[in-house]
Amino acid sequence: MGNPMKIRAANKDGVTEVKVLVSHEMETGQRKDSAGAIVPAWFITELIAKHNDKVVLASEFGPSVSKNPYLAFKFKGGAKGDKIVVSWKDNKGDTRTDEAAIG
Amino acid sequence: MNNQRRNVLKTGSGAALMGILAAAGIIKPGMALADWNKAAFDAKSMADTLKALGAASPADSKDVQVTGPDIAENGAVVPVGVSSTLPNVTMVAILIEKNPNALAASFVLPEGTEANVQTRVKMGQTSNVYALVKSDGKFFMATKEIKVTLGGCGG
Repeated sequence: MGNPMKIRAANKDGVTEVKVLVSHEMETGQRKDSAGAIVPAWFITELIAKHNDKVVLASEFGPSVSKNPYLAFKFKGGAKGDKIVVSWKDNKGDTRTDEAAIG
Repeated sequence: MNNQRRNVLKTGSGAALMGILAAAGIIKPGMALADWNKAAFDAKSMADTLKALGAASPADSKDVQVTGPDIAENGAVVPVGVSSTLPNVTMVAILIEKNPNALAASFVLPEGTEANVQTRVKMGQTSNVYALVKSDGKFFMATKEIKVTLGGCGG
């Protein structure tokens, strides 16, 4: 299931900025371990952010996104206390959803 | 059960069966993600990636900006941002020319979300980083060279 995401959302002048820090290995599938065997790819493929029930960002990741991916974006609207829900899915089919309130 | 499996393999239809299973996404669950643009993420060259994204020949635009360091000391974590002042931006993508697969990430921006996304990517070596933006149905691009002193894809 992975570890919880860190989500910060702040509204300023009618624009909400969301910052997400995901805890994930993001293994590329290109690296070899000490025995020379290729470490299988393991990375987040999709990440969706919602404000209340409206999608505000739909992202697709490749394995070249860094370990423990960081993401920042802005959308118009949002009020203090509104819910931001972020969910991801990785290439092994694992998923995780976390939420935070706009501060 | 085992006998039956052996028979299947023996009759030579095993390979065909594997093909069907692979196509159905049973063998590699990761491939079954319907929405994930596998063709674009698997493409190796810039041209193939752009084709897979449906953006064969994007125009260079001054209204698209790639932000990032001029020199990245650690290729494993390179902060890269894309922003644009173009109207009605519906899609943003980050491409790294010299990585094994050029496409790093793509973002679909619904109405109301600003064309301003920041993330962190891995870079194997010094490369041009491209920002691809879809505005009013047309594709635009900007580029920035980021020098890497220590690659992020080594073993």
